[in-house]
Amino acid sequence: MIGSLDTVILQQLWWILASVVGSLFLFLTFVQGGQTLLWQVAKTDVEKNLVINSLGRKWELTFTTLVLFGGALFAAFPKFYSTSFGGAYWVWILILFTFVIQAVSYEFRKKPGNLLGAVTYELFLFINGAIGILLIGAAVGTFFTGSNFTLDAFNRVTWTSPLRGLDAVLTFNLFHVAFNLSMGLFLVFNARALGAMFLVNNIDFAGVPELEKRLRKSCLQSFICALPFLVIILGYFMFFDGFSFDQNGVVSMVHQKYFNNLMEMPLLLVLLLLGLILVILGVFLTSFKTSKAGIWCGGLGTILVGLTVFFLAGFNNTPFYPSKADLQSSLTIYNASSSHFTLTAMTYVAMVIPLVLAYIAHIWYSMGKLSLADVQDKESY
Amino acid sequence: MDGVGLATTVDWARYQFALTAMYHWIFVPITLGLSFLCAFFETLYVRSGKEEWKNTAKFWMKLFGINFAVGVATGIIMEFEFGTNWSNYSWMVGDIFGAPLAIEGIVAFFLEATFFAVMFFGWDRVSKGFHLFSTWMVAIGSNLSALWILVANGWMQYPAGMHFNPETVRYEMVNFWQVLFSPVAMAKFTHTTSTSFIVGSLFVISVSSWYLLRGKHKEMARKSILVASVFGLVATIYAGITGDESAYVNAKTQPMKLAAYEGYYKGETNPGIIALGIINRDKKPGDNQAAFAASVKIPGVLGLMAGRGFDKFVPGIDDLVYGNAEQKILSAADKISRGKEAIADLTAYKEAKKAGDEAAAQASLAKFTANQEFMGYGYLQKAEDTVPPVALTFYSFHIMVVLGIVFLILFIVFLRKAAKNTLMGSQVLLFVGFISFFLAMIASQAGWIVAEVGRQPWAIQDMLPVNVATTNIGAASVQTTFFLFLVIFTVLLIAEIGIMTKQINNGPKEV
Repeated sequence: MIGSLDTVILQQLWWILASVVGSLFLFLTFVQGGQTLLWQVAKTDVEKNLVINSLGRKWELTFTTLVLFGGALFAAFPKFYSTSFGGAYWVWILILFTFVIQAVSYEFRKKPGNLLGAVTYELFLFINGAIGILLIGAAVGTFFTGSNFTLDAFNRVTWTSPLRGLDAVLTFNLFHVAFNLSMGLFLVFNARALGAMFLVNNIDFAGVPELEKRLRKSCLQSFICALPFLVIILGYFMFFDGFSFDQNGVVSMVHQKYFNNLMEMPLLLVLLLLGLILVILGVFLTSFKTSKAGIWCGGLGTILVGLTVFFLAGFNNTPFYPSKADLQSSLTIYNASSSHFTLTAMTYVAMVIPLVLAYIAHIWYSMGKLSLADVQDKESY
Repeated sequence: MDGVGLATTVDWARYQFALTAMYHWIFVPITLGLSFLCAFFETLYVRSGKEEWKNTAKFWMKLFGINFAVGVATGIIMEFEFGTNWSNYSWMVGDIFGAPLAIEGIVAFFLEATFFAVMFFGWDRVSKGFHLFSTWMVAIGSNLSALWILVANGWMQYPAGMHFNPETVRYEMVNFWQVLFSPVAMAKFTHTTSTSFIVGSLFVISVSSWYLLRGKHKEMARKSILVASVFGLVATIYAGITGDESAYVNAKTQPMKLAAYEGYYKGETNPGIIALGIINRDKKPGDNQAAFAASVKIPGVLGLMAGRGFDKFVPGIDDLVYGNAEQKILSAADKISRGKEAIADLTAYKEAKKAGDEAAAQASLAKFTANQEFMGYGYLQKAEDTVPPVALTFYSFHIMVVLGIVFLILFIVFLRKAAKNTLMGSQVLLFVGFISFFLAMIASQAGWIVAEVGRQPWAIQDMLPVNVATTNIGAASVQTTFFLFLVIFTVLLIAEIGIMTKQINNGPKEV
């Protein structure tokens, strides 16, 4: 059934699937956002334990979604995987490093004999939340500003900047730096706003009313910090050139390419506006009301904004991983994908995703809220 | 990049992969085995309703959780290392290799990650039955993830279900089921999981023996040993069968690996096996020196193991390197020269295509197709490059097998003594039990050395040697990240051991 679909359809389907996983990851970065809020919102040990244990029951979901995002890109767009991971070496290594130190921090933080002390593990969580997300944002930024690589006839990558990926934020093109950094910082502050929304939703504040107040306040603060970066991102889309390819696959620079994409794919404009409105609604519910539902609006909004970003980068004759060193080496969803057979096989496998989402949702629901009693339990983080 | 630079990059990339894989493999086999043991303990609790089983389950789960965290931390590097350090590999075989990694994420990691939270924090939040179900899901999820990554590894050892596409210059999947159910993948999965159950069981026996030596938590320790030795005994028998199967598929698919771990140079019909031996370090392929300085040989067994019969010819290292006309084995030199022709024809094909000369392109393609199966050999310099390090492979293999036999005996003795409740009088046995986990770790790591060092110089058997699989990057970057991971993983390991020791000292909650 799926095997009879055109390769082009499967390539587009897999760009959509990868974008969904990537956008779900952006929603789940509430864990990383929460980690950066820890020292700011939690003033006592009890409050800290509440925040850590609340995030600690979810961190693996985020982590696994990131791993799946990598795996899905490997399976569906292996040329992207080999080009970007092998080429933009240092960006990815540093991102991975922040996730390695995150993975042990919840389990190790409070346990006796942990060698480094609780504060170090809290610092690890902060680094993961701040640097890790910043670099992921900057890496996504290069989907729009381009990277420095060439591919030979055998598709072997040569990175033309010695900075191996760190050229995303260390280059003489200040507009590119501003855009890539803004992507990173927007994600960091959005993750913080989401983190506050999630914690407000997940913690039972009986006995710790101050924590709730601080969280609700920090949600608004984080969102306000994110705004200037959002403006820069949208401004870049409006006024700068983007990468485009024609029907022969020849890549060229086109003025206002990403703005044009928005206009030519009005659905994306709807997704973007709806997403932003939902995020604002999430902040409003969390910071100006007593509602606990902010995370659902903010989360869905983030997913919609994320989808817009990935679709803008990959659809409408746009190379999603462009090269500024050699335009014709740029990767499109059509020249970077797996074979028809592999995409078909993977599509069958992807049919279990609704089941996976269903049991995740069921368990999220059945694990309920986190109260003071939970963190006094010896089993807690 | 010059030849020297490339060699250094591939060396560091290999060191880094070995480092991260070996660190990862400290934690993974414990997870694979202990997850099932936790499920057994909890099942006993749910069926008997006895609090002591619940406390036993909770105690082992605590150790499981600490171990699991480091397993996750060291695991994420492995997935992305294929891209960062082995970028050309990722392109050449990503169409096949990426799929099992993605499937691992979809079907296994989420099971583990989601039900892990219930297993640890759900005791009072969900029903008894659902909690037990969650614990089982964590065990099944962990082992499912092993299935997919071992399918991927098995495919590297025996690339099935694919063809080479000259248009895209890469290997592409043509049959998913051949990839999944390849005999090598199945042998890898069954042998790796069964031996990991041994590691998990010996972890439980080791900690429990230590309690008994100190006279602490006696009842929990005895019951834990009872369950672990039953599980370990069954796993050891199964590991023996799957180990034998692994050797048999090696003979068919990777004869050089088999010859290396047996230290077997001159092919014979119905050859014997070296049970124990000291390698002659001066021995080179093709010379007339003895392979061993000293050895104990059992006649006929290698022929039986590799050929499932007493009249089969089993090729040795010399036959595989220099060819054997009588047995119709091509020499490595021939394969290399045909491989070089294949690469030249493929390049000519690409150039003709680019120039728009369709006739020349088709002519080159036809020549390429004739030699295509040897393309990987075209990247090697000389015939002897096809031989993996023999001594390391041989010793690792024999250490693994000998320890496997020791474990079999150990499980039988522990089972008897635990069942009769006479463990307390056996100080020597308890001491051996205590160190058995460390021996299991050695055996398990040695197994991977056999599998991975034994298939050198190939990243993908016969298709892609490691020196062309790497990323085009300076050695300094890979060297730097090697030390970065060495430091962080070592720190994490020390912290883990510190925490484990404290938790073991604290012991389980007494009823």
